[in-house]
Amino acid sequence: MGENKGGPIYKGLGKIPDRALFLFAGLVYLFFYAPIFVMVFFSFNENRSTQVWGGFSLKWYGELLRDQSVLDAFKTSMIVGVTATAIATVIGTLTALALTRHRFRAKTFADSTIYAATVMPEIVVGVSLLVFFVAIQFALGITTIIIAHVAFTISFVTIVVRARLSGMDQSLEEAAQDLGANPVTTFLRVTLPLILPGVMAGALLAFTLSFDDFVITFFVAGVGSSTLPLKIYSMIKFGVSPVINALSTVVLVATLVLILGGSRILTRREKT
Amino acid sequence: MGREKRFSRGDFLKVVGAGVVASSTLSTLSGCTVSTTAESGGGGGTGNENALNLYNWSDYVNPKTTIPNFEKKYGVEVTQDFYSDNEALLAKLQAGGTGYDVIVPSDYMVSVMRKSDIIQKLDRSKIPNFDNLSADFRGLPFDPNNDYSMPYQWGTTGILYNKKELGEISSWDVLWDTEYKGEIAMMSDVRETMGAALKLLGYSLNSTKPEQLEEAKQLLLEQKPLLRGYFASFEVRPLVQNGDVLLGHVYSGDGFLAIAENKDLDYAIPEEGATRWVDNMAIPVGAEHVDNAYKFINYILGAKAGASLTNYTYYGSPNEAAEPMIKKEILDDPRIYPPPEVFERLEVIEDIGEATRKYERIFTEVKSA
Amino acid sequence: MEERERSGWTWRLAGLLAPVTIWLGLFFLVPLLLILIFSFGRSGVYGGITLGFNPGNYLKVFDPLYLEIVGRTFVIALTNTLLCLALGYPLAYFIVFKGHRWRNALILLVMVPFWTSLLVRAYSWVVILNGNGIANRTLQFLGITDEPVTLIFTPQAVTMGMVYSYLPFMVLPLYAALEKLDVSLKEAAQDLGASRWHTFWRVTFPLSMPGVIAGSILVFIPSAGEFVIPNLLGGSRTVLMGNLIQQQFLQARDWAFGSALSVMLAVLLLGAIMFYIRRIGTDKLEGV
Repeated sequence: MGENKGGPIYKGLGKIPDRALFLFAGLVYLFFYAPIFVMVFFSFNENRSTQVWGGFSLKWYGELLRDQSVLDAFKTSMIVGVTATAIATVIGTLTALALTRHRFRAKTFADSTIYAATVMPEIVVGVSLLVFFVAIQFALGITTIIIAHVAFTISFVTIVVRARLSGMDQSLEEAAQDLGANPVTTFLRVTLPLILPGVMAGALLAFTLSFDDFVITFFVAGVGSSTLPLKIYSMIKFGVSPVINALSTVVLVATLVLILGGSRILTRREKT
Repeated sequence: MGREKRFSRGDFLKVVGAGVVASSTLSTLSGCTVSTTAESGGGGGTGNENALNLYNWSDYVNPKTTIPNFEKKYGVEVTQDFYSDNEALLAKLQAGGTGYDVIVPSDYMVSVMRKSDIIQKLDRSKIPNFDNLSADFRGLPFDPNNDYSMPYQWGTTGILYNKKELGEISSWDVLWDTEYKGEIAMMSDVRETMGAALKLLGYSLNSTKPEQLEEAKQLLLEQKPLLRGYFASFEVRPLVQNGDVLLGHVYSGDGFLAIAENKDLDYAIPEEGATRWVDNMAIPVGAEHVDNAYKFINYILGAKAGASLTNYTYYGSPNEAAEPMIKKEILDDPRIYPPPEVFERLEVIEDIGEATRKYERIFTEVKSA
Repeated sequence: MEERERSGWTWRLAGLLAPVTIWLGLFFLVPLLLILIFSFGRSGVYGGITLGFNPGNYLKVFDPLYLEIVGRTFVIALTNTLLCLALGYPLAYFIVFKGHRWRNALILLVMVPFWTSLLVRAYSWVVILNGNGIANRTLQFLGITDEPVTLIFTPQAVTMGMVYSYLPFMVLPLYAALEKLDVSLKEAAQDLGASRWHTFWRVTFPLSMPGVIAGSILVFIPSAGEFVIPNLLGGSRTVLMGNLIQQQFLQARDWAFGSALSVMLAVLLLGAIMFYIRRIGTDKLEGV
């Protein structure tokens, strides 16, 4: 699949749609980041307010470093997020393979279950899982949070990976198998690299859903296993503290550095 | 290509059959009651003798003094988790979410929890500091003998308004004044907003009489076009503080926070009467560290802890013995410690049983209109 | 391009499906069964449920007030889906075909804002859109308005908020689907004389259908259960099914009715999806 270079494709009127598309994309990104800018801005506010500017100050960052409960909540959210995403991505991808490549009697039931798992309102999932855990005497804690998060994100991964798998040319995989590769090797060496963008997209979605989940987590969390959303929602009584803005800004900057840095390394590798 | 082994129909049916049997066993539970008390497992708990798991509203204890002093005095390690909603607390406990030793439900929620066996009867002999409580806060309607709960902090619900623009305010009817269309914010708490309407009509805010509820509904429907919306109290506060809205329905604490930032504002307890809300400490059934729970409750009822709470939260303390140690500015403030004639007009929210769903339906209708 | 589907049960299929069967079977279907059982129970006054057979909970849904809420929810969910498609498709297209070596970074940048708590972002929107917020000040600066306009706590703010929350759910599947399109197909079509628009409409778009379908489903379904945005950005003036169900489990302590509402919502949504898929044709789902 060659790189999309310039050339005959950009004849004539080509430039205008391109520019319009670029502008449009820019506006959408602005839309996504508008509240983020506001959030970062107020993390440096002298006042406690997240609405009225009172002068520049770094004090909230200082408080953030001293606030163990916020840092603990962040750590918990990361552990839960990464673990749940890893599990859900694996299971979801396998499921997508099954549903896209096979035809079987219970397929409609399987499809419906996958969709149904995205349908149930969070309060229903949260309460019913809690009742279930209690009934089987499974102690509440970080494990129950992870189990719950995997349960509600598998379907999202499956649906996204399916979108990628559907209609994919299987000739490469067949060739590999004809050459003697067993199914596992074929999957790891041929299939997976081909569907990787889909798998990554699914993983991204799963992580995002897990990281910001409140309702389900509230019900299945055990004592002392607060995630960041739980912590933030609980602090809300006195308005969002700029400490949260500070934390969010730090996470944002760290993520951006990772992404942009990682991007440069990847493109450098592609060139060699 | 016959490379894959076929999964025979027989195998498939066996698996499905097992599943069917499992589900039908579960569904023949007709006639049984699902245990919604907090006895069966599901708790966290550390198994550590010297621990206390506290489930409280956020920012309701002074993190620098109250908890550390308790920990030092009794050698107990306190784990704090937080909630911001009575109903969410109830739902979690009812579904079996145990692990907590002390919870802090509000007035009517104590009644509900009492009646659904979620909190345990208290051994008063372990709480000698009970005597520190002022008479006004003993034996409140939701727990007439303090068998199940001990008061923690209290406050009122009233109107936060821009005194500079509006002058002095004394009645709920200002929230229905068409002159202020678009400049009024009400609370999304059904008991508080219905309560305001009922009080304006001269009725009890615990009324269950259909005619009175219908009248209140009509009042709320009339009011809706004038509102910016229904918000949580802490959301109303910045709206009034920043001038987006002139009149806001708030809890007293939020009112005072706003006034501290904006001197043009004031907080009024309307003359028709308002809510006196009281948050209380209780011990859930199945708590693991019951002895430590009693120590904590008794400690909070001590004069020193009671004072440090109020000095931090600026809410009223039900603790008479704490008064000498409370900041003078708080004691002297008639909005935090109202004089007797105002105090008399306050009503405590009680659980109204079946009528709760009627209230909820009315509010849904109003919000949907 | 041959799409080969194996028929019938094989050990391989069983192996692929085992993990999800166990996980969802245990942690989704069983709790779901509980909800189904609850929906036929009777709620105690103080919460809790007495099991039995009371179809009355389902009949309660047929109340004009509740039916109105159901209808409104579907309209809003559908509108949201269409808006997300309209905005999300060009964005995904841009990232895949114009992003070049920044493709991965661009798609990650779409998600990064969503790792900040929704509460923080929603309250930031309130700041941007309120009386003397940036939006109003910009409008006045540009001379479009003379006075502050009410932007926040309106139905329009809710719509915007919903698009804001769900756009990534549309963009990600579209990205996944578009990314695999063989660019040489596009080049071939254009070399043969097709205009850009023609290429897009006759080649690119149809091949991206699996992504469109996946994205639509991933936006439509959760939108129908949304309850946070109408409260935070709409001043609680819009009641959707999500709010109603939440209220039944919490304030109204009517778990039985709440369960019945959830089951109905699930059935309606599943029905809508199945209808949608059948309409589009299952072959489009497979992208053939």
